[in-house]
Amino acid sequence: MDMKFSTISRHIKEGVKNLFRNGWMSIASLAAVTTTLILVAAFLAIMLNLNQMANKIEEDVQINVFIDQTADDVGIEKLGKDIKALDKVKTAKFSSKDEMLKSLMDSFGDEGKSFDLIKQDNPLNHEYKVKAKDPKDTPKIAKQIEKLDNVQEVNYQEDTIKRVFEFNKYARTVGLVLIIGLVFTAMFLISNTIKLTIMARSREIGIMKLVGATNSFIRGPFLMEGFLLGVLGSVIPIALILTGYYYLFDKLKDQIKFDFVDILPYNPFAWQLSLIVLVLGGLIGVFGSVMSIRKFLKI
Amino acid sequence: MITMKDVYKAYPNGVTALNGISVQIDEGEFVYIVGPSGAGKSTFVKLILRETKATSGQIVVQSKDLTKLKERKVPYFRRNIGVVFQDFKLLPQLTVFENVAFALEVIEESKTVIRSRVMNVLEMVGLKNKARFLPNELSGGEQQRVTIARAIVNQPKIVIADEPTGNLDPETSWGIMRIFEEINARGTTVLMATHSKEIVNTIKKRVIAIEDGLIVRDEARGDYGYEI
Repeated sequence: MDMKFSTISRHIKEGVKNLFRNGWMSIASLAAVTTTLILVAAFLAIMLNLNQMANKIEEDVQINVFIDQTADDVGIEKLGKDIKALDKVKTAKFSSKDEMLKSLMDSFGDEGKSFDLIKQDNPLNHEYKVKAKDPKDTPKIAKQIEKLDNVQEVNYQEDTIKRVFEFNKYARTVGLVLIIGLVFTAMFLISNTIKLTIMARSREIGIMKLVGATNSFIRGPFLMEGFLLGVLGSVIPIALILTGYYYLFDKLKDQIKFDFVDILPYNPFAWQLSLIVLVLGGLIGVFGSVMSIRKFLKI
Repeated sequence: MITMKDVYKAYPNGVTALNGISVQIDEGEFVYIVGPSGAGKSTFVKLILRETKATSGQIVVQSKDLTKLKERKVPYFRRNIGVVFQDFKLLPQLTVFENVAFALEVIEESKTVIRSRVMNVLEMVGLKNKARFLPNELSGGEQQRVTIARAIVNQPKIVIADEPTGNLDPETSWGIMRIFEEINARGTTVLMATHSKEIVNTIKKRVIAIEDGLIVRDEARGDYGYEI
């Protein structure tokens, strides 16, 4: 469809005119789009951050395989090979009991020096630290490793993984349902606004058809009106994202500081989120007007 | 220019508007369509404009077979036909100039073409000095002249008028008829559905009379033929 520049500018002009003509309905639609997009943005910000955290935790999940005290070097090496031979294992890193003691001592800081006493007779085990290719397979791999020779004990943070996965799943479902509901409400309001325009301009549309205006030309201003409603509705949400996320990020990054909590950096995340909101606003508007055009314009 | 062969038109509600019509109208003709209300005149006009489709039969307008014309080609087809209505169908918020220009704007003509053509037709219908007026500042006859200007501004080969003088007093009607005669004199085919006995009997042209969906009379220089 090749459109002249003058045609596009005419559609924009007419679209803007329609916005003003519909006054309160336009404002109601704008409010609906704005509310929707603010909630979508908040939800996305939370969801994507949670995802990021979950990924991080998942990455950190490892299986600690404690090796039998009685195992000799050959046995230890064989165990390592056996673990690596398992299907879904990514890495298996050997860690001697001396290293384990050292890292334990380090974690206690100055007080750790008291462990010096047992250095000669280290009660700890040699370990393999195993990571799965897919963190979800961790429990399965742990079970398989348990059956291997020279394994004294296997442990991993079973609870943490399960909880993270479940919380994420739950939040995602609730959020999606909420957003889809809101998006449809906003589209419905926009389509109602445009229905008013179509009614108000039915005479004009009739004349346009008689003098040979093409259907796409007749649709133009209505599509533009919807698009403008959507895009204007994303202005406030984007402003909120760009300012709000800045402050939030500033506060959170100092206050909560577990090693796995790591919120997405302002740049580029806030900009990406703004772009998503803008595009979503435009789409809501266009689809809203398409609904109306199909129903009331019948062309 | 316009050819109909055995055209039937039945509406979904069961009413049969046209009952087998065959007619041939040549380029440059001036034709009155007469007959009682509800006889099928409006359907006849709507079929030529492709506002509605024939139930059966063949309609060819300007060598386009309307029974086979694709929906998306209809707008381009309509650009060859100018239409004038009894109720004018002007846009009240636009000036005279803008109302006429509207017909060119929506078919995406350039601004310079629009300006010169609109001023030309406004001069022809004698409204050049009222280009900036709004429709409700004009008399009925003047409003109808705006409609005529809009109908001919994209230089169609055919002009169809559905009771163009129906809402006007006799004095004004003659002025309107003079414009149609001038349009016809320039080579444009004019098709006019009318109830005006005086006009048909005074300005003698071909008369096609439709009754109960059939052509009952077709005379080269006919009379209105009905009392009232």
